[in-house]
Amino acid sequence: MAQRVLMKGNEAIAEAAIRAGCRHYFGYPITPQTEIAAYMAKKMPKIGGVFLQAESEIASINMVYGAAAAGMRVMTSSSSPGISLKSEGLSYIAGSDVPALVVNVQRGGPGLGGIQPSQSDYFQATKGGGHGDYRMIVLAPASVQEMASLTIKGFELADKYLMTSMILADGTIGQMMEPITFEDTEVKTYEKPWALTGTNGQRKHNVVNSLYLKPDELEQKNIARYERYKVVEENEAMWEEYMMEDAEYCVVAFGIASRVAKNAVVAARKEGIKVGLIRPITLWPFPKKALAKAAEQVKGFVCVELNMGQMIEDVRLYTQCKKPVSLCSRCGGMIPSPEEVLESIRKAQKGEF
Amino acid sequence: MNHKRLTLFAGHYGSGKTNIAVNYAIHLAKEGKKVCIADLDIVNPYFRTKDSAQRLQSAGVTLISPQFANTNVDLPALPAEAYRLVQDKSIYGIMDIGGDDRGAYALGRYVDTIREEGDYRMVFVANCYRPLTPTAEDALEVMHEIEEACKLQFTDIVNNSNLGPETTAQTVLDSLDFIEKLSSLSGLPVFAHSAMESVAGQLTELPNVFPLRLQEKYFDLPTI
Repeated sequence: MAQRVLMKGNEAIAEAAIRAGCRHYFGYPITPQTEIAAYMAKKMPKIGGVFLQAESEIASINMVYGAAAAGMRVMTSSSSPGISLKSEGLSYIAGSDVPALVVNVQRGGPGLGGIQPSQSDYFQATKGGGHGDYRMIVLAPASVQEMASLTIKGFELADKYLMTSMILADGTIGQMMEPITFEDTEVKTYEKPWALTGTNGQRKHNVVNSLYLKPDELEQKNIARYERYKVVEENEAMWEEYMMEDAEYCVVAFGIASRVAKNAVVAARKEGIKVGLIRPITLWPFPKKALAKAAEQVKGFVCVELNMGQMIEDVRLYTQCKKPVSLCSRCGGMIPSPEEVLESIRKAQKGEF
Repeated sequence: MNHKRLTLFAGHYGSGKTNIAVNYAIHLAKEGKKVCIADLDIVNPYFRTKDSAQRLQSAGVTLISPQFANTNVDLPALPAEAYRLVQDKSIYGIMDIGGDDRGAYALGRYVDTIREEGDYRMVFVANCYRPLTPTAEDALEVMHEIEEACKLQFTDIVNNSNLGPETTAQTVLDSLDFIEKLSSLSGLPVFAHSAMESVAGQLTELPNVFPLRLQEKYFDLPTI
């Protein structure tokens, strides 16, 4: 068995990225994700990689764009306000169909907000953020081990579908420590014949660009891109179901909220309430099938989030409002306690949503 | 354990400095000493000495903490009151230094006074299960970077090798080769082996075991 190590979530992301073959990191410090940059600064020079602290978030995302266009496995990381700054670059990367990994270790917002954990960038991550028609694969780790495994998965999916994978974590998972293992599994790589690697006079030059002079051509590009997104939606949704077999009520929560919610589900079961948990691991593509199935089975849903209610819109959408959905949430850097979630489950059982 | 008037805890970030500093301060207070602990962490705004404010207060330990600790103000400012530790020779002072060389820069401003008095112990906290210090050589590198940053030499090592909640007596025993090698490479004695209370009780064959009561979490998280 591989060695156990005691890691912070942020460190696990950095180490996993290196193991996934990432040798180009461009970033700018911001709490609570700075350990990612610090780890890269320490390790990259020792393994022939590039760590570069750019002059701003905008510069760093455009460096990511450049390295991605050159066919490199490349990443950047930031926290909420920094991701807003990177949004223009995210749109250009999407419009150029190049793969990249972007990490958002969320903190409370809007504006400068605070440095405590939050999940209030759900809309920004899953619905856009930057301009134009585009999607990102959004992965939501709920443990330090998943910070590592989903980072590797994120690089693979990005290369496979030529799009950005975002790790949507939060300050708690970024900062907390858990013992984890890095398994020696093979990381998938993909040929990149479109990359700007120099022609050596041997082939026609490649072009990576998001500008189209003819509107019909731009339309066709968008349509082709959405065909690819359809394949992602069909094949790549990931979720975990917990005690759902006989559940009459369903808690939906991702990331750190799902860990708290699991405590509450266990406590509610002890009180005889038949409740289960669906934990979306990919927020885009959203686990539509799991929610649609649950909507036929349960009497109601409790959505637990660290925001004013964002994922709840997707829960209502993909259950087609067949069953009532209540919201149990805290925001601004606060986390609901297991007791608060338990109380929401009790209310659901009484028909109060 | 013989105690110096000043005890400074430094090391790699996430090695357990704060938990050890807090427990050590309470340990001294229980011996009837007048103890003051200062939070000099200018690197990480989380997991601070202030988290243990209640426990320190009920043990009679004075806590000196930056004004904005545990708020949203992520400001690397030192509390002015921290000078009390080096100047008031009637107290036992504990300094909780921030991680790595970056954290140790904060210590620089007190070093001349500390060295002049000469009654201090500077402890390197080591955990071989942390990803950037898996070998004695790696830990030694961090040790030298810290000394370079604060211009003060370590005098002791604390072996705080642990895997968080998965720590068993065997986890600590498996770290002995690491810590002995670090001790021989650096020429510094192992001041103590620290471990959470439940594990420390099982380490009867080791000398100088220092049991830790860990800072309580907001709530326990189930594994997934």
